[in-house]
This record gives sequence, C-alpha cells and structure tokens, in this order.
Amino acid sequence: MKHMVIANHLADGFVVFLGPDDRWCRWIGDGRVLEDPAEAEAALATAKRHEAENIIVEPTLIEVTIDDTGLPRPVEIREAIRAFGPTVGGGSGANASSGVGGRR
Amino acid sequence: MYRYDEFDHRLVAERIAQFRRQVKRRLAGEITEDQFKPLRLKNGVYLQLHAYMLRVNVPYGTLSSRQMRKFAHVARTYDRGFGHFTTRQNIQYHWIRLEQVPDILEELASVEITTIQSSGNCVRNITSDQYAGVARDELADPRVYCELLRQYSVLHPEFSYLPRKFKIAVTGSPNDRAAVAVHDIGLRMHRNAAGEIGFEVLVGGGLGRTPYIAHTIRDWVSPEDLLAYVESILRIYNIYGRRDNIHKARIKIIVNQLGIDRYRELVEEDFAASKGMPRPELPREEIDRIATYFAPPPYERLEDIQDELDALAASDARFAAWLRHNVAPHKQQGYAIVNVMLKAPGAVPGDITAEQMDALADMADEHSFGELRVNHRQNLVLPYVRQRDLYTVWKKLDALVLATPNLGLLSDVISCPGLDYCALANARSIPVARDISARFVDVDRLAAIGPLTINVSGCMNACGHHHVGNIGILGVDKRGKEFFQLTLGGSSDQNASLGDRLGPGLAQEDVPDAIEAIVDCYLDLREEGERFLDTYRRVGIEPFKEAVYGTVEERAIA
Amino acid sequence: MTALVRNGELVEDRFTDVSRADALPEHGALLVSLEQWQANRDALLARGEPLGIKLRSDQMPQAIANDLEHFDVIALEFPKFRDGRAYSYARLLRERYGYKKELRAVGEVLLEQLHFMLRCGFDAFEIRDPDPLAAYRAAAADYTVWYQPTGDGRPTAMQLRRQRLQQG
Repeated sequence: MKHMVIANHLADGFVVFLGPDDRWCRWIGDGRVLEDPAEAEAALATAKRHEAENIIVEPTLIEVTIDDTGLPRPVEIREAIRAFGPTVGGGSGANASSGVGGRR
Repeated sequence: MYRYDEFDHRLVAERIAQFRRQVKRRLAGEITEDQFKPLRLKNGVYLQLHAYMLRVNVPYGTLSSRQMRKFAHVARTYDRGFGHFTTRQNIQYHWIRLEQVPDILEELASVEITTIQSSGNCVRNITSDQYAGVARDELADPRVYCELLRQYSVLHPEFSYLPRKFKIAVTGSPNDRAAVAVHDIGLRMHRNAAGEIGFEVLVGGGLGRTPYIAHTIRDWVSPEDLLAYVESILRIYNIYGRRDNIHKARIKIIVNQLGIDRYRELVEEDFAASKGMPRPELPREEIDRIATYFAPPPYERLEDIQDELDALAASDARFAAWLRHNVAPHKQQGYAIVNVMLKAPGAVPGDITAEQMDALADMADEHSFGELRVNHRQNLVLPYVRQRDLYTVWKKLDALVLATPNLGLLSDVISCPGLDYCALANARSIPVARDISARFVDVDRLAAIGPLTINVSGCMNACGHHHVGNIGILGVDKRGKEFFQLTLGGSSDQNASLGDRLGPGLAQEDVPDAIEAIVDCYLDLREEGERFLDTYRRVGIEPFKEAVYGTVEERAIA
Repeated sequence: MTALVRNGELVEDRFTDVSRADALPEHGALLVSLEQWQANRDALLARGEPLGIKLRSDQMPQAIANDLEHFDVIALEFPKFRDGRAYSYARLLRERYGYKKELRAVGEVLLEQLHFMLRCGFDAFEIRDPDPLAAYRAAAADYTVWYQPTGDGRPTAMQLRRQRLQQG
C-alpha cells in the first residue's frame, strides 16, 4: 500500500504534501510517495516534528494509488477533494464552472 | 439599522488587537494549536479541508449596501472572488489565510461588521426574521431586541466557555420565519392578557445528531426582564450542561435529561435570586433608544399599484412568475419585499460572486434605502422596494441570474457546503442540491407543486437543517461511498416538526428520481389547497415509501 | 515560571494544597478539598489557623455558602481551560453569597482568560509565564469597554451612554 503525508500549512491553511527533502508542496504530484510502512512512519515522524515547529498542522498518512499518468490519487474521496479541490465550482449561477476539481 | 458608537468601535478594536497578538503568538509557537483553537473559533476562524474558513456575522440578517460592498471587496482581495451565505444569516469565506485574518477583521470592523463569537462555545449570532420591520404580520420589530441581545452576549465574561455553542433566535411575528422552535433559546414576541408586548421563552430546541423541538420555559417575559432572564437560562446551562461528551453538551440534552419542569425550577430560582446582585436590567429608555435605530425609513406616500403590476404580469410571463413567487407583501402601502435568489438551476446554493455583491449594493442604494437582508434559506432580501420599481428591479436581478422564480419552491434547495469544503462532512451535499435544482427547472411545474422545502446536510451536524425540511436529505458515508437518507415532513415554522426517515440510503444519482417519485405521489394524493407538508401529515409516510423504493432500484445500506 | 499574582502583585503562596492528600498535616495554612472540609470541619476550625478550600469544577459553591467566613482563600479549579463552570461559581460566591476574601483561579488558566476571570470576581491567579506580572498586567488590560454588569463595579457601555445623555 502506498501512502503520502498530507497536512495544512499553519499560516495560510492550504493543503500540502510532504515532498522530497522533507519540504512541503502544494501540488500532490510534487509530493513524495511512501512505498512501505517503515518509510511512511518515518515520514510521519518528520511531519510531526514540523508540526511542533509550527510549520504545519494535523499531519496524517493517506493511502494513494498511482494512475496511468503517474499521478498519485488519494483513495478516500475526502482526501481526493483536499488534493484536487472541490468537485463543484465556487460561484453562483452567473459564473458557475462545470465543477471538476483541478489544480489551482 | 444600528450604528456603532465609540464604545462599540473600541470594543471591537480591542478584540481585533487581542486576536492579532494571539495569531502572532501562535505563528511563533508560543501557544499550541490546542490552546489556539478556541481562540480562533471565537473569531470565526475554522480550519477546513482546503484552507481556513472565516465566518462573518450579519447581525440578525440586516446588511447595509456599504457592508455588502465590503463583503465584495474581501471576496476579491482575500478570497477567490465569492462568498457563501449560510442558514444562520452569516457569510462565509472558504479560502482564507490565517495570517491575513487580523487585517480582514479590521476591514470588516471599518463597516461595523465582526466575526466575534460566530463560532466557539459561546452565544452565536442572534438571528431573526428576514422580514423584520416590513412584514405585515409583525407585532413589533424584533431586531431591537436582537441588537440588545447581541451587545449583551458579546464577550460576556461569565459565558465565554459554555459547554457548547449557543444559538438564540427572535421572531416578532406569529408566523415564525426565524425557526425559534429549533434554537437553544427561542423568543416569540406576543401580547400578554394585559395587552403588553413581551416574549414567550423557549429553550432546548436544536438540530444536529439529536434534534429536539424547544419547550416553553415561560409564557411571557417582559422586555425589561428579558436580558436578566436569558442570563439565568445561560447560568443554569453553564453550571449543569454536560461537559463529558461533546455530542451531549448542548442545552437541549440537559433540558430533556432534567425535564423542562426541573430546568425551569432552576432558572426561576436563579432569576429570583439574581435580583440581589448585578444583573443586566433593561430600562424602557434603553429599549426606546435602540428602537430609534430601527425606525422605518423615509417612505414616500404611495398608492398601491397592484393592478398595474398585474397588467404588466399578464403581458410578461417571466415577470409574472417572479412577481408571484419572489415578491412578498409589505407593511407600507406602495412598497414590496423582494427576495433575491442565490438558487439558479445548477448553482451552488448560497454562493454569490463579488460582482453580484457589488451590483446588489448598488441596487439596494437605488431601490431599497441602502439596506438588504439575509434570510434562512441562503437567499437575500431587498426589503424596501417601491412597487413601481419592481419591473426594473426584476430586470436587473434577472441579468445577474438572481431572479429564479422559486422562493420556497422545490428548487430553492438549502445545502450546507458539505464534503467539498467542510472537514466535518461525510458526503458532498452541493452536487445533490445542484442535481435537484437542475432537474426541476420548469417554472410552471414548480408552481403547480407549490411550497416544498428541501434541505441537504452533508453530515449529522445538520448545518443544512435537513430535519426541518419538508424533504430532508442527509449524506452519510458507508464503506467509502456516499449515500443519502431522506426524511419527510419536517417544518421549522410555528408548527415545527422533525422529518421522518423514509428508508435506506440512496446513491447520489438516484436522489433526483426519488424526489420525482415523492412529488408525483404527492400530486396524486393531494386534496384541494394542500401543500406537500399538509398531504404528508394527512396520509403518512407509507405511500411515499412505496413510491420511492418501488421505482428506484434499492441500494440498501444496513 | 509559575507564580501567584494577587490583586496585581506577585505574592508568596502561604497555603499548602493538601486537597489530594490522604491525611491532613497537624498544622499549617491548608488548602483542603470539599470532602476534607466536610469530614474534618470541627477539627480544622479548632486549629485557629488560616484555612482555604479548593473546589472542583463539578462542585457548586452552594455547598459552602454558609461557611464562607471560615475561609481565607477559595480556589476554584479549571481542569481544562474549556471548562467554564467556575466563572459562574465565582460570580455566585462574590455577588450572591457575599464572599470577600481571596478567590483564586487554579488549573489550566490561559492568559486570554484573565480579563473575564477578573470580571467574575477572581483576584488571584497561578500564572505560567517567564514574566508573570507583566503577562498579568497585559491581560488585565485587554478590554476597556464592557457590555455586561458584574460585581466588579465597572460601568457598562449602557450606563455610560445614559450618563452622557443625562449630562446633555
């Protein structure tokens, strides 16, 4: 089972993923996929340290699968919405988009 | 409407300065997230799925054009160009950065808007009738008391750490548009035997996981005693409310556990004893002073021109539909109440763009004495429109896609933000609402169906108020898939009732068909003059169960 | 450091908190629990030494309303800062039962809460901060406008507005 670490940035609240070099990325495609439980636990430990350092809040491990294009996709819909945005456009009738979440 | 004086301004400024310090301390790690969370919640700052969300109070739903323009500015400058009006007369921004919040608060404070206590375990925004001051059936403007309660409850030193959130609603009309029966305290204005205006006080109503209709704790409280009586209710709640379980901490739980008679006894005891200590007396001069802020605007003396409007309607079917459904009768001759719909087919209920907000502010200035209202269905109101301006107003709203003629009809769906935004949600509610409003587009059909409220909640916290929808839809998560449970027969007015569960949850794609089946069943069974709710109350749930589960392939969940 | 601030000054805590002890020491200024007070009332009074009582957040002050003259300090506990019951207890002790001596907030007390605690009648606080007195003073000055009357005697906005109008 593959995992990634997801969190929110403390200062701006945006969703971030733990990436290479233990830095945090906005785009899931730039994040680090954790191949085995040991790697996942180590990454989570790093994330918790960052939480104590007030960089991020609420780090958790989420399960992902890799799609045909190599992009990680969270298994749970909630995390997919966090990764790719709301499935509905933001805005009323006048400019409602078709609502497919995408990269912001 | 109320205007701040130097005391109000100073208090808000001190609050913002305090929060600015708290944000700084949090970002520097001097306080932990656990300690910071209640502090930020008390300023309306939530951490949601994607970002921080800011909930802004619109006190008792009354808004000036200047404030609306500021909302537009905040949406453009700090958010993604839109805002969301909620079922409790608030506006929410879903893409806020914590580090910018103190600046946003200052901007809002400059137009006398705050986020103080829009969340947290304290008294929240006092809500009221969106037609306050202009409804024909009103005894007196309830907003006078809402403003007094607002000041009373803001930064109350004794009640800032209640067991849980506390919501108060006030109605000045026997036709309760404020849903007082499902609030922690509901206040229903009426006259006593001596003809004096006062309040029936209800306690322990609420939705959420364990919904309750409120009990009457006192038939009549005088306006002068109102704040002191509310203080006693709050004090007993603060002392006796449960703190062992977050899902059992609302006042409705302790009222029903102790029984209303015992709760009343405790409150009355405290109320009598509190005469000997400082308590929030409300002298008549203060009530009158606040009342001057809610004096009627400088109405023109106008004739009623309903005939002219009818003639115009006869020649323009679209205008006719709007006139019929979205315009309500006004207390003042020659005027009308216009409902502004944030419910276009396929729209996100309650969402509004910065451009629409600015346009509405201009319309309010030109057509409504600079004032707007927020209602409880995620729509807005222009409360002082001259009848002779109605056609012009309609054209403008129509161009802004704010004139869907569906107030209180099936496609006027209420929906919480749901799993697309909210960290608490189990399912996405907005797509369900959109599917329904996109399916039921035909205006004549909607009119033929008549009043029918649909409320969608994405989880048991029931922010969509599904328990009191004529049709309620609750999103649940079963084994990673979204299902929707329907309830029928809810109502939030003066004959409030909670909906009955229809049956096993449905898949999202089956919900619009289920609604069609329910509607067809109603149309088959209804008698002359019956709304959906009336027919349901007469025939019960069985015919509807059959209609839905007979025609929709069942995807049962345990 | 943790320090006791009373009436805006750093003070020594002369009381020993024995509320969780199995047995009470023979002498000393003691802070006892409600249960210890009820079990040893006569013996404690007979000592003639300063006495304090510490109430938990589920213990209502009514239980000691008739005994207030015996206590030099009443400590009200905040087991979690979210537990706001003692704000009501403090007001009742001060404003309904007429308690006049030291009323101390103990437990998880955040600086953010000091201002409201003062308004409710607390006058002594355990403060955790590198500079407890400075922290106290800053927190006590958080607000200068108050909408609600409490026993602290501060004029409310409503009262000030009335005065203004009367002065014309």
